[in-house]
Amino acid sequence: MKTHIRNGHLIDPKNKINALQDLYIIDKRIASIGKVPSGFVADKVIDASGLIVMPGMIDVAARLREPGYEYIATLESEMAAAVTGGVTSLACPPDTDPPLDEPGLVEMLKHRARSLNQCRVFPVGALTYGLKGAELTEMIELSDAGCKAFSQADAPLTDTRVLMRAMQYAATFGYRVWLRPQDSFLAKDGVAHDGEVSTRLGLPAIPVVAETIALSTMLQLAKETGVIMHICRISSAEGVEMLRTAKQGGLKVSCDVSINHLHLTEMDIGYFDANCHLMPPLRSLRDKAALRAGLLDGTIDAICSNHSPVDDDAKQLPFAEAEAGATGIELLLPLVLKWAEQDKVPLLEALSRITINPAQLLGQKMGHLSVGAHADICVFDPKATWKIEPAALKSQGKNTPFNGYEMQGRVRYTLLNGQVVFQQ
Amino acid sequence: MNNPQLNKHGEFQHLLSTEGLPVSIIRDILDRAATFIDNSDGLEIKNVSLLQGKSVFNVFFENSTRTRTTFEIAAKRLSADVVNLNIGSSSTSKGETLLDTVDNLCAMHADMFIVRHSASGAAHFIAKHVAPEVHVVNAGDGRHAHPTQALLDMFTIRHYKKEFHNLSVAIVGDVLHSRVARSQIHALTTLGVPDVRVVAPKTLLPNHVDKLGVRVYQDMEQGLKDVDVVMMLRLQNERMQGALLPSAQEYFKHYGLTQNRLALAKKDAIVMHPGPMNRGVEIDSRVADGSQAVILPQVTYGIAVRMAVMSMLAGSKA
Repeated sequence: MKTHIRNGHLIDPKNKINALQDLYIIDKRIASIGKVPSGFVADKVIDASGLIVMPGMIDVAARLREPGYEYIATLESEMAAAVTGGVTSLACPPDTDPPLDEPGLVEMLKHRARSLNQCRVFPVGALTYGLKGAELTEMIELSDAGCKAFSQADAPLTDTRVLMRAMQYAATFGYRVWLRPQDSFLAKDGVAHDGEVSTRLGLPAIPVVAETIALSTMLQLAKETGVIMHICRISSAEGVEMLRTAKQGGLKVSCDVSINHLHLTEMDIGYFDANCHLMPPLRSLRDKAALRAGLLDGTIDAICSNHSPVDDDAKQLPFAEAEAGATGIELLLPLVLKWAEQDKVPLLEALSRITINPAQLLGQKMGHLSVGAHADICVFDPKATWKIEPAALKSQGKNTPFNGYEMQGRVRYTLLNGQVVFQQ
Repeated sequence: MNNPQLNKHGEFQHLLSTEGLPVSIIRDILDRAATFIDNSDGLEIKNVSLLQGKSVFNVFFENSTRTRTTFEIAAKRLSADVVNLNIGSSSTSKGETLLDTVDNLCAMHADMFIVRHSASGAAHFIAKHVAPEVHVVNAGDGRHAHPTQALLDMFTIRHYKKEFHNLSVAIVGDVLHSRVARSQIHALTTLGVPDVRVVAPKTLLPNHVDKLGVRVYQDMEQGLKDVDVVMMLRLQNERMQGALLPSAQEYFKHYGLTQNRLALAKKDAIVMHPGPMNRGVEIDSRVADGSQAVILPQVTYGIAVRMAVMSMLAGSKA
């Protein structure tokens, strides 16, 4: 199978390509960029005139809800959502039911994903059994089964001795540890940022120190143990500053932010909009500005969707009782483009946060358009505008705080291993 | 963002919070409440048939005999049919969702729901989902709002002090967990009270309470200095757990309203309390029963204010 993507504007942050160039695919891989490989006769030609051709996106946080929560979402629905959004690889957190703490579960998930042949799935294994924060999982077995990192998802790990041992053990074998910093005592029962809005609405609050205290513990233990540490979903200005200082001090730590926190603040809660009930909570304008600054100066490495489909019944409740989370994988690209436009970030720079950078967080050689690389590609129309209408989303989760927003940038083709898995 | 308390014509549709309630509506409520009080005696409430043929459902997801009773009396004085539902002990415990409960009640052709719920925002949520001809009155949602309590407090203040623009008002106690305090603060600032104070230890204050437009005091003596109105808040017994306070005794020693402390306020200062009181915890009996306390008139005025709210929402013009 030979595919020719012609007249497209190629943007590849890793190889610093930012030009009108044709791309040639033979079978699963990129065969050539710019010039026709000898004897190449295309079986399929994709006309990308006026479109941008970029590496397929990599989302480091997308919940698929399998196994255990199939009534909320299934692999079929969420992988369809992923490729609609131009995402060709995603990492899924271990907070399924049961959690991803057994190799068999990981293998089954990988097998199911492979058979659907839509997008690559990288399961993140549970760091402790049942995510209970007490006993270490069999990380070697889980790694052999396909786990690329280990995490507690949103489950607390309060025992710092267990945390240190988990990091030591992971460091022994070079495994990555992904943690979201939140002190579970300070965050207990909290549903919104401890700020003006929670004060006004009488919502139980989560203070910024819940993030910074946990982050401080994690950074110190990372330094102590030498583990490859990734901080998930940073949400506060103070947190960004701590990470900046840690990175400047030479600590090998990385970090991501969700699209929600790049665009929204506590003010968006308005009159108790449960679509804005998210974890971590949406914080202040000042925090949002600091997250954007951190993203620009490299303190924050990647942007993720934090895609968390929620059952409609679980959202149709008063704010505090509604389940936290929002759908997002189909909105990743347009919301990254919106950020790039607002902050005047060149696309070559902006798109690195959803391609090569997250690839490195997963330790995978992907996220770029190099000759010989797997042809995982996203082709999008940068001019196309559309309105977010929940019913039109492919994801089974329809709840989004961006309901009704006008978006610019729409995916036209998604290719996985050289095959078109989505087009519109 | 549309004001959820007004309909698309800008008319008063639901009473959910004193925040965002136009000052003209607050004044109308207070004025109308005054017409329900028999001036010959000053504390008699008239019967008026403004809600004849209307049905008012008291929907209490959280138990409260006192508030429910005052709403019931107010509705009956307006000749409404009143249905009391204690949902807290029935549907939701059987697994029915809040929306299903609301849909079921709507199908019984209610004209008005009086709602109390333990979650902040519950009244907004219900108001968003009822049919357009149904009115919702928030009788307390979590820590968020208790607007009729705040309005009856405003009525009481106006009765004794006549004006709002020259007052100093201190709200004392557990502001953090108090829907009453939040509603009082918004009502007072909306009516133009220039000096609204909150007085409490830091554990009982939201971190950003100053953003509500109040002055924050940790010291009771300073907080009460020269105020015209002292509004005490109820301290729930469970606050002694969870490391918010060491003991009721220590709280009373530093934040209890005693005669000595009250003497720091203006000579004609009034003392208010939303009830039920914890004597010897937030208030000394001698103050509660003293000449400056207006706690029992508050209860009576509460009936008139609730009649005013209900009749303005669903009644024929008075």
